[in-house]
Amino acid sequence: MSAATLKTYVLVYAALIVLLAATVGIAYIDLGTPNVAIALAIATIKSLLVMIWFMHLKEAEHIDWVFASAGFFFLLVLLGLTFVDFASRP
Amino acid sequence: MHTQTDGSALATNVAPQFDDAEQQARSAVLGMWVFLITEVLLIGTLFATFAVYRYRYAHEFEEASLELDVVLGTINTFVLLTSSFTVALGVYAAKHGKQKAIVANLVITLALGVVFLCVKGIEYYAKFHHHLVPGPEYHFPGTASPVGHQTELFFTFYFLMTGIHALHVIVGMAVLAWVLKLALARRFSPEYHTPVEVGGLYWHFVDIVWIWLFPILYLINRH
Repeated sequence: MSAATLKTYVLVYAALIVLLAATVGIAYIDLGTPNVAIALAIATIKSLLVMIWFMHLKEAEHIDWVFASAGFFFLLVLLGLTFVDFASRP
Repeated sequence: MHTQTDGSALATNVAPQFDDAEQQARSAVLGMWVFLITEVLLIGTLFATFAVYRYRYAHEFEEASLELDVVLGTINTFVLLTSSFTVALGVYAAKHGKQKAIVANLVITLALGVVFLCVKGIEYYAKFHHHLVPGPEYHFPGTASPVGHQTELFFTFYFLMTGIHALHVIVGMAVLAWVLKLALARRFSPEYHTPVEVGGLYWHFVDIVWIWLFPILYLINRH
């Protein structure tokens, strides 16, 4: 429950900018299929950084975590069932 | 937070359904998270549909993606990440009762929002100029028409997704402008700063949507 300090925000911001540079840089290197996986992994990390520190989930109560997780869960259902449908068509 | 009419007692007003001001503030934050879940599902349907067609027409989508401007896209990602940072600083300032810092950070955030929309406008203008807007004028350079139609689908997604995102940027700026007005009237204190907090949550969500749009639209075929 400890409150974030200014230093925390600066560090999170610096991490976001480094990850932006990384995702652009890696996009220009041909790694084959992992290119997409790496881009999506970096986007996931950036989103989590924003949610945990900028959106204060770090300091939030359990109920806020439950609601944020519910959004993630419903999104997985939406994406998962759509992909299963298209992947399993003859 | 909707009970004040004359605004003189904003900090102390607690609606009858709440035990105290703290519970009222926490409820507002939770309410914003609930709203953001519905927004995630709105945007999520577009991401799901995009992913299906991106794999079905992988080659055409990769060709079409090359027509987007990575430099402008990167600049806009930088601009939005920075604006998220300044909003976070604004909320921090509100929590610590630093009036001038709240105002300064909100002004910078709004200015960055304007920069984002201007860059987006430049990109849209270039697409119109190069006949890359889906419709009767659409023409994809150097390819036969069947490929053209599938690249057209990419640009339909591009305009739909970035357009809905831009709409959210505009709404977010309207919300933050209202928060700025309250900040200028010195309505916020360490005890009461719910509008800064909740407006900030919405702005961060808009930032996260762009964090995903940027790689899937701009970076899918750069190597």
